[in-house]
Amino acid sequence: MTASADAPDLLAADATMAAALLAIDPAGLGGAVLRGSSGPARDRWLKAFRRFLPAGAPVLKLPPYAAADRLLGGLDVPATLSAGRPIFERGLLAAADGGALILTSAERFEPDKAALVAAALDAGELTVQRDGISARLSARFALVAFDEGHADEEHIASSLAERLAFHVRLPDITELEMGDASEVEAARVVLRFVTVPDAIAEALCNAARALGIASLRPVLFALRTTRALAALDGRHAATEDDATTAARMVLGPRATRLPAADDQTADAEPEAPQETPQPESDDDTGSPAPSELTELLLQAVKVALPKGVLENLTGTISLSSSRAGAGAQSAKAGTRRGRPAGTRKGDPGNGNRLNLIETLRTAAPWQRLRNSIAPNRPGIKIRREDFRINRYRERHETTAIFVVDASGSAALARMAEAKGAVELILADCYIRRDRIALIAFRGRKAEVLLPPTRSLSRARKCLSELPGGGGTPLSSAIDMAGLLAHQVRGGGGIPLLVFLTDGRGNIARDGSPDRASALRDSTDSARALRSLGVRSLVIDISGTPAEAASRLAASMAATYLPLPHAGASQISNSVSVAMKAAGASR
Amino acid sequence: MTLRYPFSAIAGLDELKTALLLTAVDPLIGGLLAFGDRGTGKSTAVRALAALLPNIRATTGCAYHCDPDQAESMCDACRETVKLKIRNIPIPVVDLPLGATEDRVIGSLDLEKALTKGEKAFEPGLLAQANRGYLYVDEVNLLEDHIVDLLLDVAASGENVVEREGLSIRHPARVVLVGSGNPEEGELRPQLLDRFGLSVDVRTPTEVKTWVQIVKRREAFERNPSAFLETWSKEESRIRRQIVAARKRLTDVAVPDAMLEQAAALCIHLKTDGLRGQLTLMRSARALAAFEGKRELQLSHLRRMATPSLRHRLRRNPLDETGSHVRIERALVEVFGA
Repeated sequence: MTASADAPDLLAADATMAAALLAIDPAGLGGAVLRGSSGPARDRWLKAFRRFLPAGAPVLKLPPYAAADRLLGGLDVPATLSAGRPIFERGLLAAADGGALILTSAERFEPDKAALVAAALDAGELTVQRDGISARLSARFALVAFDEGHADEEHIASSLAERLAFHVRLPDITELEMGDASEVEAARVVLRFVTVPDAIAEALCNAARALGIASLRPVLFALRTTRALAALDGRHAATEDDATTAARMVLGPRATRLPAADDQTADAEPEAPQETPQPESDDDTGSPAPSELTELLLQAVKVALPKGVLENLTGTISLSSSRAGAGAQSAKAGTRRGRPAGTRKGDPGNGNRLNLIETLRTAAPWQRLRNSIAPNRPGIKIRREDFRINRYRERHETTAIFVVDASGSAALARMAEAKGAVELILADCYIRRDRIALIAFRGRKAEVLLPPTRSLSRARKCLSELPGGGGTPLSSAIDMAGLLAHQVRGGGGIPLLVFLTDGRGNIARDGSPDRASALRDSTDSARALRSLGVRSLVIDISGTPAEAASRLAASMAATYLPLPHAGASQISNSVSVAMKAAGASR
Repeated sequence: MTLRYPFSAIAGLDELKTALLLTAVDPLIGGLLAFGDRGTGKSTAVRALAALLPNIRATTGCAYHCDPDQAESMCDACRETVKLKIRNIPIPVVDLPLGATEDRVIGSLDLEKALTKGEKAFEPGLLAQANRGYLYVDEVNLLEDHIVDLLLDVAASGENVVEREGLSIRHPARVVLVGSGNPEEGELRPQLLDRFGLSVDVRTPTEVKTWVQIVKRREAFERNPSAFLETWSKEESRIRRQIVAARKRLTDVAVPDAMLEQAAALCIHLKTDGLRGQLTLMRSARALAAFEGKRELQLSHLRRMATPSLRHRLRRNPLDETGSHVRIERALVEVFGA
């Protein structure tokens, strides 16, 4: 396993290949996520992709902050006003039909917009029901998403990434093959004649399962890629080589675990990899051939996995995908300043946005009358009393940020009970539809395990996977909590901090294990937090309530609740009361 | 228009498929929620149902395609018409896409007519189109709150009341609400959850065999959609006939008192909120009996419909890892015996 996909030439070849395949079957493959910051490699890739697409195919830029009506289409206001009848303007999704959409800064694309694009990708058409318009438009396009998020930051919404066949890392170098556009042109014609042997379909299924891929979409993408590869080669029958490349390109980047060594390929459960030898896959499919091919595909995937990924894959990889989604979700919160809630009469300006459609509707019945009064003035006659403005209902969501001490001392003491308490609070948050976030601290530093989310299942998963042990970097945790609280506020939400700790920090802010400076730092951090004026609770989880935690609570002006005296449900009640108070205080 | 993947060719998803068919047998079951994993073909299944639905009798020239045989559910115009003209139409299946605005959902002033002719006319919305049929919301958990509120009102009353732009209109809107979504992207509001008759938990199939089947069929469909549809047309018409027969038989299916008591006992044991669960359980079990050509409701029907009818109505501790499914299975054993 010496060959590695870190080799730039292999990366570059795959990137160009992805562009060609995408141009052969844009709607079938959905598109590609290209990771890597903007630069010459990206420009070259785009240039190659454009050349591969049929002449005249639209390639449109989709800005990450595009509003819903820009995506879906809506009333063309200038045209409507001058024509005197409603004129519909196509949105980007329909305009890209037969071509491609280029999404830059895909990590900033909000999940609700991502859902609109995802629906169009699924259906190959667009259903528009807005602004008095009812339309069904063809929208068969490929989405090219440039994800510029760095390793641990936000990434493209997972709902969207799931629907794009290729996940490519762009190499930093510029030597990207331009490829032969005429071959691609010919392949588009051949594509519909290409057949894929059943054995290949079976092997792709088995390989996906062995790599821990939980969704069927990647398998279908791999199959279509296999077909497109054969077409690119001018063949009517797909071969094992096509399937191998397809597995490497489509299944490889989605692998969540490595197949157990050697010949178990069809086991579904990661927990029991040893007991399932060959027969299972044979019984299922009724032919012995696929397993050999499966092995071939798996080898191809393994070889292509970049260095470092191998080690990570054996660990808890499932987190990464869900966290990617969560990251995107938190971005959404930043712009949520209230949801549309109908319209009302009023003047635009002063932050009020005119709703043109409703204004037109109000003015419409009067046109005949007004025209008879002022026949010489052309166009639609709108008066001030017609103005309708958008109403937004601003919902100040409370976001409970749990800061959980997972250090050795705390873990030893009452970790299980603390988790129980958090779970009860989570349940309560769920009922009131508040959001929750999770910060854990242990070892050298604190870490945001879960950015603000409303998904309970994700929170629960995060909590149950929380490891324990190590030092207590308390001040780092307080700093991070303050930062997150600040962000929540910036997004129009109300933060509530819930610390679960014994208050015995022993790691200083700079990461050094010095108890004295750790105490000084955590007191400083606590005071800084106090100045933010965020409502906080400190839940003391030490076996016997100690002064450390109560002092910490005092310095951050937090409510102090010792767990030994309060049961889990009582704590939950206290937090609940605090949250309601936080919501009411706005 | 693009050809749709046929319902009968969908591999796996048995619970979802049965539940969908039952909503066609008895619309009063009250719709269906399909929540679960990505890429399992939830929306494919829902959209494929449209091709299986039988035709219904409807009044001509009416935006709500009223039922000529049921005066009490007609719109005012149809009720006042002395001699109704009648036509056959397919049961409507209407998509409520994300990003839909309120005016298109409930209907509004017809802008075109208003601007060009100065007429004040009502342009019916999606709820009108979906009357007597299905309203499908994919990614229902991402639907904006004020649209959800509208749906809640209509689902409760079966009527759409429009008071806007000087219009005052009231029309029947009996819709079967079908929603699908992925819980990872956000939970569903509890009030809306309760409005769905049945709830199905859609999981990725675990059998490799099923995966292979799905992939192979998909491949065949994509290569030649019309030939694929042709291959499955026989199976499609078989199911269609089965639905029609079940709809006819439905009122004749006997529901013994003993079965009513059993259903009640189960709901009491599970402490389900309200009566809606018990009603749905009875209706869906009866629809299942009708669908399978039985004359009488049996315990096995209750047993099979218990989970989809009740899973979303349990007073839940949202953090309890033991799913509702397990709790219902356990209760079934305790109440009905093994």
